[in-house]
Amino acid sequence: MRHEVTIPQKLYKIFIYVICILLAILSILPFYIMFVNATRGTYEIQSNALSLIPSKYLLSNYKVFEGKSFSPIVGFINSMIISTGVTALTAYFSSMTAYALVAYNWKLRQPFFAFILAVMMVPGQLTSIGFYQFMYRIGWTNSYLPLILPAIAAPTVVFFMRQYLIGTLSLDIVNSGRIDGAGEFHIFNRIIIPIMKPAIATQAIFAFVGSWNNYFMPSILLTSKEKYTMPIMISQLKGDIYKTEYGSVYLGLALTVLPLFIVYFALSKYIIAGVALGGVKE
Amino acid sequence: MRRKGVSYAKYGYIFSIPFVLAYIIFHLYPLVFTTVIGFTDYKGIGKTNFKFLEDIFANFKLILNNPSFQVSLKNTFGMWLVNFIPQILLALLLTAWFTNNRRKIKGQGFFKVVLYMPNIITQATIAILFSQLFAYPTGPINSLLQNMGLIDSPSFFLMNKTLSRGIISFIQFWMWYGYTMIILVSGVLGINPELFEAAEIDGATSRQTFFKITIPNLRTILLFTLVTSLVGGLNMFDIPKLFNNGLPDNATLTSSVFIYNQAFSGSYLYNRAAAASLIMFFIIAICSAALFLIMYDRDAAQIRKLEKKQYKALRKLDKEARRVAK
Repeated sequence: MRHEVTIPQKLYKIFIYVICILLAILSILPFYIMFVNATRGTYEIQSNALSLIPSKYLLSNYKVFEGKSFSPIVGFINSMIISTGVTALTAYFSSMTAYALVAYNWKLRQPFFAFILAVMMVPGQLTSIGFYQFMYRIGWTNSYLPLILPAIAAPTVVFFMRQYLIGTLSLDIVNSGRIDGAGEFHIFNRIIIPIMKPAIATQAIFAFVGSWNNYFMPSILLTSKEKYTMPIMISQLKGDIYKTEYGSVYLGLALTVLPLFIVYFALSKYIIAGVALGGVKE
Repeated sequence: MRRKGVSYAKYGYIFSIPFVLAYIIFHLYPLVFTTVIGFTDYKGIGKTNFKFLEDIFANFKLILNNPSFQVSLKNTFGMWLVNFIPQILLALLLTAWFTNNRRKIKGQGFFKVVLYMPNIITQATIAILFSQLFAYPTGPINSLLQNMGLIDSPSFFLMNKTLSRGIISFIQFWMWYGYTMIILVSGVLGINPELFEAAEIDGATSRQTFFKITIPNLRTILLFTLVTSLVGGLNMFDIPKLFNNGLPDNATLTSSVFIYNQAFSGSYLYNRAAAASLIMFFIIAICSAALFLIMYDRDAAQIRKLEKKQYKALRKLDKEARRVAK
């Protein structure tokens, strides 16, 4: 069918673009103001907090952090350790669990999958009281272990890995490995993991970002300053010592956003594709 | 699975062991322990012994009658609703625009990347950034309104109850509509294209196609979005905690912040926090189960009806096409 492009239709199309561009600006503007104010002096911000032109107080804003509780480098390193651990464990063990669900025919396979579906929705935050008390009893508060080890069991990731594996795994490959005399673990590590790389990459990004942004659990478990993660460092910016250091607060926020921006814009293609995957789950 | 009598079934169990062990230790046991604590006198810092209460439901009664908890529940639902309705509407509108075949919108990849972007930024950062943007007396929003001459003197936005709640809802909306849009667009792309072709041949307008074909076929995904958003919304913590810490006068207190404050900020009332957690757990379970049942029932019946209708239409078209070909 051919449709004549009429003037109202053209106007409507322009209207769509205008709305989309306005929404894009709405997404970017708060961060833009943040980056600009990170370079502006406290006095400048006091006289006019809204400016689109950067100034030259970046270094003096940074100097304010010296000797105070907000230390972006310590936070960065700590978050890096935790998030890397979480990502490695989630990726490896979720692939393994998904493989068990797809490649082997065992009695409890269907019940186990049903269980995973059922617990996908259980919000971990609500069990935090028991979790905290449990960790307190075994002396694991102020340790990274309770933040990293639970990642071995990630029901949502297992679900996505399983969906991927069902679509791509051919049992012929597994069987030919067996004929060659390879053990089951060897087959999993050497043949299956490489096959799953695309799925692992997407899920790894989300596991990493999720762990990086996690504020609730670390803020409960970590009490010593040198163990603080990035989000806890961020929460320090609300403290009274920064009340009059406007530029430094913006700079602190900017420093925490910068690594995420770099990762996001470098990997946005995979991230958007990964989000879209959530929509095809039925 | 069997080759020369070798059964590999046991490897299914072996490969599941790490997941099961970790789940039992780090997820299931804490859930059970939380439940137990909810019925005990467990409170105070550094204490590890506890006993069950004589009135076994005392903590639950206290929590349910606690005015702060009641307010926090109302706030949590209210702020979620005020964020979710515009979020789903805007996401649907954008989906309609982006998936319209006649009106090819360029730069969709760019728009998706930019609109989704706030979603991956640390919520703690976003909460404090917005409290800075709306700061008093010198925040960018105050400056903007003053520069435009809309207000004479800076306004203390964060002391206004409705406004504080509204800003938190807006942050949630702003962080999540891009995500919802991407999910919905991918859902539309998963719909059988023949349905859209048939509609076009029948001369349906864009609006008719959207409401009669796209929306009904998106049912499952809409339900998924609704449930995940509800569960997430009822657990909202980072933003209300760091944006305004429940202020002013508990106006932005959510149930998660309430639970946190009971247990971890000075009062160490672990038993009451556990009871409140369990109450939230039940509310969430009931909400998602109810949503599932309502949508599923209607869904199943209506989809069956719809499919029948669509197949009939398709067959009719097929016949006609064949007749024309002859």
